[in-house]
Amino acid sequence: MEMFDLTLIWAGIIGFGIMMYVLMDGFDLGLGILYPFAPDEDARDVMMNSVAPVWDGNETWLVLGGAGLLGAFPLVYSVFLPALYIGVFLMLAGLIFRGIAFELRFKSKRNRRWWNRAFCWGSAIAAFAQGAVVGAYIQGFRVESYAFAGGAFDWLTPFTIVTGFGLMAGYALLGATWLIMKSEGYIQEWAYKITPLLLALVLGVFAVISLWTPFVNPLVWERWFGHLQIIWIFPALALLCAFTVYRSVKRRGEGVPFIATVGIYVFTYLGLIVSKWPIIVPPDFTLWDAASAPESQLFLLIGVLFVIPIILTYTAWTYWVFRGKVRVGEGYH
Amino acid sequence: MELDPLLLSRMQFAFVVSFHAIFPVFTIGLASYIALLHGLYFKTNNPAWDRLALFWTKVFAVVFGMGVVSGIVMSFQFGTNWSNFSQAASNFLGPILSYEVVTAFFLEAAFLGVLLFGRGKVPQGVHLFAAVMVAIGTFISSFWILSANSWMHTPAGVELIDNRFHVTSWMEAIFNPSFPYRFAHMAMASFLTGGFVVAGVSAWFLLRGRDPEANRRALSMCLWLLLFLAPAQAVVGDFHGLNTLEYQPTKVAAMEGNWETSTNVPLLLFAIPDQEAQTNHFEIGIPNLASIILTHSPSGEVPGLSEAALEEQPPVLIVFWAFRVMVGIGLLMMAISLVGLLMRRNGKVYQHPGYLKALVAMIPMPFVAVLAGWIVTESGRAPWLVYGMMTHAEGITPSLTGPMALFTLVGYVLVYAVVFYAGIYYLSRVVRNGMLPEEERETTGENFKRPMRPFSAAHTPFDDDVDPVRS
Ligand code: HDD
Ligand code: HEM
Ligand code: HEM
Repeated sequence: MEMFDLTLIWAGIIGFGIMMYVLMDGFDLGLGILYPFAPDEDARDVMMNSVAPVWDGNETWLVLGGAGLLGAFPLVYSVFLPALYIGVFLMLAGLIFRGIAFELRFKSKRNRRWWNRAFCWGSAIAAFAQGAVVGAYIQGFRVESYAFAGGAFDWLTPFTIVTGFGLMAGYALLGATWLIMKSEGYIQEWAYKITPLLLALVLGVFAVISLWTPFVNPLVWERWFGHLQIIWIFPALALLCAFTVYRSVKRRGEGVPFIATVGIYVFTYLGLIVSKWPIIVPPDFTLWDAASAPESQLFLLIGVLFVIPIILTYTAWTYWVFRGKVRVGEGYH
Repeated sequence: MELDPLLLSRMQFAFVVSFHAIFPVFTIGLASYIALLHGLYFKTNNPAWDRLALFWTKVFAVVFGMGVVSGIVMSFQFGTNWSNFSQAASNFLGPILSYEVVTAFFLEAAFLGVLLFGRGKVPQGVHLFAAVMVAIGTFISSFWILSANSWMHTPAGVELIDNRFHVTSWMEAIFNPSFPYRFAHMAMASFLTGGFVVAGVSAWFLLRGRDPEANRRALSMCLWLLLFLAPAQAVVGDFHGLNTLEYQPTKVAAMEGNWETSTNVPLLLFAIPDQEAQTNHFEIGIPNLASIILTHSPSGEVPGLSEAALEEQPPVLIVFWAFRVMVGIGLLMMAISLVGLLMRRNGKVYQHPGYLKALVAMIPMPFVAVLAGWIVTESGRAPWLVYGMMTHAEGITPSLTGPMALFTLVGYVLVYAVVFYAGIYYLSRVVRNGMLPEEERETTGENFKRPMRPFSAAHTPFDDDVDPVRS
């Protein structure tokens, strides 16, 4: 067991799983958030059709995240979930309504308005709750004898509200750039128009959070303004990606805006990780404190290393099957 | 009154898991049936099998969707309400549930799309393969989850160090003593559920004279299956009970309503257990039968509830009656399928309106039996969460307050009520439109917008002002 550090490997796997979830469910939640602003009902059809074949698989990554944390880092699972009790409920309720709306909106005539609302509100609430989770993570938790010891609304502070709206804006940006890639004509034009606005919003929140974080959590301040200067590469790269989004939208690039937005996420995410590393249940517990028993990590690792490549192959294949533009009045048959 | 987070969390868990369980228990059976239909079509090229496969795939799509949505809730329940338990049991439960995700859920997701939308896009053989893979996926899924659940009933292969279970033998923990029985009993329950729903819906179509050729075949097939499965389920259930007698004698005592350990115990058909007085009222029983069933001897000794202290007794009234509901329905199932056999002569099964109506009435029964069975199992282990090792009270989230638990309990009830209503409403439309010739079906005229999603595999409009199909 001493040859390699299972806990580090697991940190990599879970980190990857969460990133996959955020990116993949991010753009389809984002489309839900943009839903009420869409130019017309045809545009809404296109938006929904563009994610319909894949959103289900996207959400399975969330389930993997939950079960994987229980398997590899049980302390995270058993502190985060009680601490975010109400938020988790809201997120799940949001995801349920959103999922059902996917299924039933196309079947409805009379009730279509309601399914539109369910789709939008469900997406928005789920996105907000996830953003608040990030904020709560930066903030830290009150833990006594390995269990959360705070109150029901500790997770809901001005800071986490900002991160909640921040992630909503971020998901909306992912959704808009996804739509650029998947649509054409006036719908694509609309997506081009809103992308710079959303980008500005995201950068604004980004700045606020960056300035605020050191006050919320002194350790982070130490990390960034102490000696570890190399980590500044991450925000720099994130900004570069943001600039690329802006430029490619000006030049009417089709795929680049989305890919560059993914870049913003990846580098921000890495930046967040290095701010905290190796603390996983702030303020006190490291990855190793939170880990499950080595025999459990090993038992699970064997299967996961074998299966994840297969899962990724399938996922790539689905996206390949559904590549290309989605047109008005045309779905998948 | 003080709100008790423990009681509320138990109610919440029971509610969300029961809600979840009714969908998989149906899809497990139905997935195999659909795979069988595809196989038959592949082999014989008889279009009747294809029509059946097409119709049941639509139903499957809706039920599967509901199972997925409610399943996502389940995977967070352990953490939100039972965090001490998750922390303690994570070394075993974490890997088991993760294996369920990576071996079953991704597999199901992968082949579901091909099954639902691959018709005409992939070769027939690939389509059949997808159907088989989905069916296998549902079994892998129940394998893992029932292993996890059985382990909580009969923990094995672990030792408890510092409030934390450490796995000493994965084989012993996964294949714990009650697992084989529970898995078999549950798998057969799924087939019985699928069988009775298909039989009931086919009977409903036959009553309306819709596609008699295909529906007669379906009904005949189901009745053969049920004829053997219903008694077999009773046999497996008996073995399951004997296993429980060995590991959880108090639960068996509650199922039998037996207060004092004694010999020559009767099988009670009716009684009102009174936990406070530690006795039964209005007993009606068959002498010696419980002793015979449980020990195979009329003078066999059957454990009594009084062996356990009052705080360690399960809620006897609930366990006692839930058990009778389940077994009663099991007997009813045997009777119905036997009558079916007798009526096969000169094909009366397919015509006799009384019998067909009885089959339609049976549709909800397997679901009731499954829920009753789970209530027996789960209430019967109270107050233990991990039998003999950890109680409900020890497992609960320490920071959880009564109002928080009440808020989410009410929330889930409301959310599920809406979802359930929409799902059932839609499902009933799928059935009402089922097995009709193409030109008589309602369509939205918007099929071109049909996206690749489970529910959307079915064309039936969800709500429409016109309703040409009268039942
Ligand atoms: C279609 C559903 C169905 C039917 C017809 C039956 N059961 Fe059942 N039963 C279940 C569905 C079920 C279940 C849902 O699958 C349970 C709940 C938990 C479990 O493992 O299986 C269960 C549990 C369960 C238990 C509790 C085991 C424990 O302590 O964990 C016993 C003793 C039996 N059953 C016995 C029977 C007998 C003797 C039946 C014969 C008539 C029978 N069941 C019919
Ligand atoms: C699928 C059908 C199931 C049903 C209908 C069901 C039903 C119930 C019920 C009614 C209770 C309450 C018992 C009481 O109050 O004493 C309960 C408790 C519990 N069950 Fe199950 N159960 C099911 C499956 C499972 C599975 C698969 C697991 C675990 C993997 C599980 C884990 C638990 C836990 C942790 C509790 C304790 C919490 C509580 O008492 O409410 N159950 N279940
Ligand atoms: C407490 C226990 C349970 C948890 C945590 C749980 C978790 C889940 C989750 C997260 C999903 C959705 C998977 C997806 O995204 O595709 C799901 C679906 C499913 N579950 Fe459960 N589940 C539980 C109990 C059960 C039981 C008792 C059974 C059956 C024996 C079962 C069988 C299935 C099956 C076959 C599916 C696939 C969807 C369907 O057929 O409807 N689960 N479950």
